[in-house]
Amino acid sequence: MKYIDEYRDPQLARKLLDEIRRKTTRHWTIMEICGGQTHSILRNGIDQLLPDTIELVHGPGCPVCVTPLESIERALEIAAKQEVIFTSFGDMLRVPGSSKDLFMVRSEGGDVRIVFSPLDALQIARVNPGKEVVFFAVGFETTAPANAMAVYQAAREGIENFSVIVSQVMVPPAMRAILLSPDNRVQGFLAAGHVCAVMGYAEYEPVTREFNLPIVPAGFEPVDLLAGILKTVELLEEGRAEVVNLYGRVVSREGNRVAQDTIAKVFEVTDRQWRGIGLIPGSGLTLKAAYSSYDAEKKFNVTHICTGESPLCKSGSVLQGMLKPDACPAFAKECTPGHPLGATMVSSEGACAAYYNYHRTGFPI
Amino acid sequence: MTITPLCPSPILQHETVQMAHGAGGRLSQTLMQRVFMPHLHNVFLDILDDQAKLDLPAGRTAYSTDTYVVSPVFFPGGNIGELAVNGTVNDLAVGGAKPMYLSAGFVLEEGFSLVELETIVISMAEAARKAGVMIVTGDTKVVGKGQCDKIFINTSGIGSVMDGVNLSCRNLQPGDTMILSGTVGDHGMAIMTSREGLSFQSKITSDCAALNSMIAAVLEVVPAIHAMRDPTRGGVAAALNELAASSSVGIEINEPSIPVKPDVRGACELLGIDPLHVANEGKLVLAVSSEYTETVLEVLRSFEHGRDAVTIGEVVDDHPGMVVMRTAFGSRRIIDLPLGEQLPRIC
Repeated sequence: MKYIDEYRDPQLARKLLDEIRRKTTRHWTIMEICGGQTHSILRNGIDQLLPDTIELVHGPGCPVCVTPLESIERALEIAAKQEVIFTSFGDMLRVPGSSKDLFMVRSEGGDVRIVFSPLDALQIARVNPGKEVVFFAVGFETTAPANAMAVYQAAREGIENFSVIVSQVMVPPAMRAILLSPDNRVQGFLAAGHVCAVMGYAEYEPVTREFNLPIVPAGFEPVDLLAGILKTVELLEEGRAEVVNLYGRVVSREGNRVAQDTIAKVFEVTDRQWRGIGLIPGSGLTLKAAYSSYDAEKKFNVTHICTGESPLCKSGSVLQGMLKPDACPAFAKECTPGHPLGATMVSSEGACAAYYNYHRTGFPI
Repeated sequence: MTITPLCPSPILQHETVQMAHGAGGRLSQTLMQRVFMPHLHNVFLDILDDQAKLDLPAGRTAYSTDTYVVSPVFFPGGNIGELAVNGTVNDLAVGGAKPMYLSAGFVLEEGFSLVELETIVISMAEAARKAGVMIVTGDTKVVGKGQCDKIFINTSGIGSVMDGVNLSCRNLQPGDTMILSGTVGDHGMAIMTSREGLSFQSKITSDCAALNSMIAAVLEVVPAIHAMRDPTRGGVAAALNELAASSSVGIEINEPSIPVKPDVRGACELLGIDPLHVANEGKLVLAVSSEYTETVLEVLRSFEHGRDAVTIGEVVDDHPGMVVMRTAFGSRRIIDLPLGEQLPRIC
């Protein structure tokens, strides 16, 4: 399959691994930002193949993981309403609130549907004028353009029975929060390829200068990741704090201007709570005042719902690269994919779920 | 114009299933006579007793049941009717039995198209004929609109276990070869890509097929095969995990050896789904002592539904109950049971 097979070529992967071994002279800690990258690293066992001196820590780039529990509680409350058709990407359905998840709401009679695009949700609103259609708009800069487009289209067509729960987050403020933490160990980043496809990589250039470290936008296939790690190691070894784009087939410096304009039309920057991490200033997107009638949390008056996390869950430390999933005392004991204590164990792209699925503790790899 | 006054008589010709079709009266009879009997009739069914009286061969008898609720009812490569016949035929066959007789129970939703029902019944008759089994007893119920999704079918089946064959999921031995009869994920992805709401087109068709003649042929030549599974729901991953757990052995498989059609792989990549977790309806996983590997592959490959048969791995002493994949890069990862419903990822 074109654009897949060549990036999964074992011979090329071996060459890159040899080159990484040759270039590495000391211990380096590199964070891959995106949950999709974490998933691919664990699935392909890339961490097992790297020299011991290269430590990969897993970043906060899993949208399901960082969606705050109170957004989920509010979604559950709205989804249970009789007049509502609740639509969401599949991943979100299994994320537990304090007592149930969206699957359970569905089993209790809620009309909860998986959609593949927010525009599909808008279409459901068009053909069900007697129902309120709500879409759970979660994600990073990758999902923001399509989510913005759905709201924009709804407004343009005057569709009033459509609204969104917005839990949009952005990568650069999270990077800064990680780097500013006194416990930070990250020395270089693999930036999330698909976020960069939308936003470009120019916005990382000030971060490299401010924190004096390299940032390498990289893809998701094994060869992409190994090439990204090799480039990061080269930059680290040479002491170069630069952005070097290794996902050239998808990412440009400026990114996708049309997508960025769409985001800017509908959303504005806001402070946002990240599940497990806390409030990161200027790290989220919210609907502009002109589109506030599409805000489901206001429409259904659920903004009073607040909630807390399980005290056993250490997902905040995991999401900031301070704790390896299998070093958490609850990992694979109180916390499993069948009974997750936090969202990093729920999402297929969460670091804890990836460790559980592919590398369970005590298993001799 | 002259109109002859007539007492209104009940309508007996309908285009859709009515509650009265399940009420045991005239309309029930009409349904039997017009839709079911013309296609399914045989010496047992024609008697129309409440039961079939069967003469079974001496020796052990296998008995299995399964219920089919697939949506959509018609999918690329098949429909719920042939799935219901082939599924139960395969469940009997992977136990080393020669499938002989099936029952068929239908739950119909009020308003379901009678033309579609007849198409399904014709498919069942054709599937039964191909598999060499007879549908010897049946039942039909109708439920109100919205109380089921168009049509649910239960089939159960009886088969006679072949002499000298002892297949069980507890029989795996370290050193056994794991063999897979063909590509994985075809059925599940055919269903998923044909569901409403998924706006991409594909040419993926279900692998729905009866495997009993291929299984009988391979057991004829190598009766010492240790275990067989048809990897339906949960896919090959679930089948292998069940075998490993039941026999308290480990299974190691090689990633590059797993055959996946390019279209299926593409759809799985897009949706973020592992093809090993996707359902198959015409595939076989088996464990056999390594000295028989080539013989088994040769027999399987002589059949249409086994022509892509391959060795995918082996049974090991290590990590009992666990399935481990060796990746193309030389690393290893656990292949776990899928957790519930397959969920497309966000990005």
